[in-house]
Amino acid sequence: MKIKVLGPGCARCHRLEQTVKDVVKELAVDASIEEVKDVKKIMAYPILTTPGLVVNEELVCSGKVPDKAEVTQLIVNALEKQQRGDRK
Amino acid sequence: MKQDKACNCSAGSSGIATANRPNRLKLFVTLGIGFAVWLFLYLVLQRVANSLTYDVFRLEPSSHLGSSVAFFLYDAPKVILLLAMVVFAVGIIRSFFTAERTRQILAGKRQIVGNVLAGGLGVVTPFCSCSAVPLFIGFVEAGVPLGVTFTFLIAAPMINEVALVLLIGLFGFRIGLIYVATGLAIAIVAGWVIGKLKMEKYIEGWVSEIQMAQASATAPNMTIEDRIRYGLNAVRDIVSKVWPYVLIGIGVGAAIHGYVPAGVLARFMGEGAWWSVPAAVLIGVPMYSNAAGIVPVVQALIEKGAALGTALAFMMAVIGLSLPETLILRRVLKWQLIAVFLGVVAIGITIVGFLFNAIL
Repeated sequence: MKIKVLGPGCARCHRLEQTVKDVVKELAVDASIEEVKDVKKIMAYPILTTPGLVVNEELVCSGKVPDKAEVTQLIVNALEKQQRGDRK
Repeated sequence: MKQDKACNCSAGSSGIATANRPNRLKLFVTLGIGFAVWLFLYLVLQRVANSLTYDVFRLEPSSHLGSSVAFFLYDAPKVILLLAMVVFAVGIIRSFFTAERTRQILAGKRQIVGNVLAGGLGVVTPFCSCSAVPLFIGFVEAGVPLGVTFTFLIAAPMINEVALVLLIGLFGFRIGLIYVATGLAIAIVAGWVIGKLKMEKYIEGWVSEIQMAQASATAPNMTIEDRIRYGLNAVRDIVSKVWPYVLIGIGVGAAIHGYVPAGVLARFMGEGAWWSVPAAVLIGVPMYSNAAGIVPVVQALIEKGAALGTALAFMMAVIGLSLPETLILRRVLKWQLIAVFLGVVAIGITIVGFLFNAIL
């Protein structure tokens, strides 16, 4: 699983990144976490307000710092989607 | 593969919320208790502050220290209580708005109508200054006129809910209204002027090369509980961030209140000194403080003889124009446009300062 945190590096983005790291560790998901700070790369996703969370190249959340429960839900959803895709 | 739609995180969380019904009851009960505690604290505050100062600490009401301490013990908790309440209310309102929807409303709008709309939306759309660059690019690429985009970017920090609550709490509703009305007027007129000046060529070239993915404008499908949680999160985020500023600001205010003799500022910040308004704006622009920190200082300045217009202009310059945000915008704007933006807004604030010194 590929996870990207989009944001110029402000406090909110760091908070999101930390939450994602915690959740990934807790769920024991095999995931790479990348911070995307370059505005041009950020704008390649349909995003207006940072921070943004991208899982497997899909923007799943933007403009707010989701809490741990939300991030867990988002990653679990993405995992299910990924498994469905693998089975096909 | 790039997806063409932005999913909303709230979709996941509302799923969790509706799955657990008892959570809903718990949330409303907690909220009710919260309101009751809030009201109780607010009502007993003055008495507690006075009895602490004069009976427990045994300070003389007429002494410098006594009057400073009483001011601090009353104002600091009062302001934090007001802050929590307003941030909650604004949080609920903001949960109805997203930057994506705002952009859709503003896209293709003409000057004036667009500026007025952008001013109002700038106040209610949740937006943090670190998002200024993606937001700017997203607006301009979607066909929101440059001047309208600027009105949004000026109004968002200028009309600050924290500043509003502090002004109402410390000066009353009239001053709060004046602040909102003039702040909106500055944002609308400044954006209109920037639009009229046709500054589009001073946007950095790389902006137009960006191939932006189309964000969808669907509003988050939130339940009442989601909105309440959104409001409570806003309270937690903002209050945990600004309380030190509030305490420092009120501390400085309390010191001025107790120690600086009345009227001492009248000479150089009073209505007689016309140059004090531009001077206050010039000092205020490079300064950056949280709104929560600056208003108590402004109150103390006024109490000691500074003219209201001068003090308001100072406050607007500090919170409305900030160096960090300007530096962020420099990445998408050439310096000429930055200079015009700063200049037009600073002039607007100065005019407002003069106006209030003249009519109040």
